[in-house]
Amino acid sequence: MLPIRSLGAALAGAACAVVVVSLLDRRPAEPPAPPPPAAEAAVAPANTAFAPPDESAIPAGPFGEMVRYGRDLFLHTEQLRGTWTENGMDCVNCHLDAGRLANAAPMWASWTMYPAYRSKTQKVDTMAERIQGCFLYSMNGKAPPVGSKELAGLMSYIYWLSSDAPTGVELEGRGFAALPPPAQGVDHARGEAVYEAKCAVCHGAEGEGKVAEGSYVFPPLWGSDSYNWGAGMHRIDTAASFIKHNMPLGQGGSLTDQEAWDVATFVNSHERPPDPRDAGNRAATDAAFHDENCRYGDEVDGRVLAGVRGG
Amino acid sequence: MGRYRGRVLAALAAMTWVGGSAAASDLEAGKKLADQGSSNGAMACVACHGPDGGGNAAAGFPRLAGLDAAYIARQIQAYREGARGAPVMAPIVAGLSETDVANVAAWYASLAVPKATPAPADQALLEEGERLATRGNWANGVPACVTCHGPGGRGVDENFPPIAGQHATYLAAQLRAWKAGERKNDPLGLMKVVAQRLTDREIDAVAAWFAHQPPSAE
Repeated sequence: MLPIRSLGAALAGAACAVVVVSLLDRRPAEPPAPPPPAAEAAVAPANTAFAPPDESAIPAGPFGEMVRYGRDLFLHTEQLRGTWTENGMDCVNCHLDAGRLANAAPMWASWTMYPAYRSKTQKVDTMAERIQGCFLYSMNGKAPPVGSKELAGLMSYIYWLSSDAPTGVELEGRGFAALPPPAQGVDHARGEAVYEAKCAVCHGAEGEGKVAEGSYVFPPLWGSDSYNWGAGMHRIDTAASFIKHNMPLGQGGSLTDQEAWDVATFVNSHERPPDPRDAGNRAATDAAFHDENCRYGDEVDGRVLAGVRGG
Repeated sequence: MGRYRGRVLAALAAMTWVGGSAAASDLEAGKKLADQGSSNGAMACVACHGPDGGGNAAAGFPRLAGLDAAYIARQIQAYREGARGAPVMAPIVAGLSETDVANVAAWYASLAVPKATPAPADQALLEEGERLATRGNWANGVPACVTCHGPGGRGVDENFPPIAGQHATYLAAQLRAWKAGERKNDPLGLMKVVAQRLTDREIDAVAAWFAHQPPSAE
């Protein structure tokens, strides 16, 4: 169990709930904002200063073998299902191009920034702990311990990707670049329309993803096989940025900012596995760990969103 | 594997229901159409697609055997509507009824994939194709082909057809058709965007690599 945030933060969370209500209110208080331009300028391909090494440069020998093993886990994480993961996700679903792509949380921009204090955990996390967090939340599983081959493999791969990256320097393309706030607030129904038009063909009408030969080809976006309520991607701002830059796959930048915000709201207004930090008190979990950028604890279609266990 | 069985079965069940038409398809009628053509102008499919539905590599006629019925039906519809510019196919399918389309699609979907020997290809080209197919070329914004076409390119559903074991001539021609805007029936324009970012050599490379892949999982 992690320490609960200060009372001030809890109160801020409560105050933010009011903000959410206003964001989600479909009746604009002001005269309606003009509709967004038909096509905002597409996001230019990131021209990052840093380029990770080509895979042909992975060295021979035990270290190179570990790098390749880590890369294979990164690409096909589902092989760990039932061991360390409990859902249908792969690292590469969000960290595109095997963790190499700028603005899709590239690994080379992460390695240089740890150890670091994180508000999420209220402590200084090492890279190992950061990855363990991915297993707990994004993969809805258990943390492979330090000393495990899985953690060593992933760390070796990430370290190798970051060859020659400057330690302690925040590199361009890190994480998911923030989007400007949504001009028209966010709207579930508008998001649903975007989802049906642009997302459902791959991710399924019910966000269920698509399976071939026993493993997920397109990842599930909600439900018991998706990321849980503690994963970064459950945040509407994070998901909106990822979607804006990268979705539909191969067509990053094609949605307007507003569409990205709306569809992120729609996707993240569905049930998914519980927040593992929840000790059974939803309100306390909401106050401690969830802010205005998510729908945890909100009522959607007559149901309070707080996590559903897989069957 | 077992944990997905229910899901996969559900998917299979869903696939046999295609807009209500293929559900009641008549395989015998489909076979007859494929073998003999129709009285209203459609020539026999087997003339080009082969008696076993294996297609014709030299001519670039695709294998139809074992493809998804809904996918096949949708392609015939695209020929009729001009969304697949194909001077050969358009007149052939012009006279088919909805029932004909459903039947012939179901017939080809029911056929086993015949053994095919892919045209030999240069090793360097195959390796380049494998890299594109399995990893993409993100420097040009090209995702890995298997991200949508499934493991080994063996397909996912009616939107993401199998390309493994398909003739390289056909695959390359389709990529070029998307690139040129002659084929326009891809969901969300997904293929158009990808094809426009591929060089001629890359098109040949992925086509060759997929032609060399087994059409079904080992």
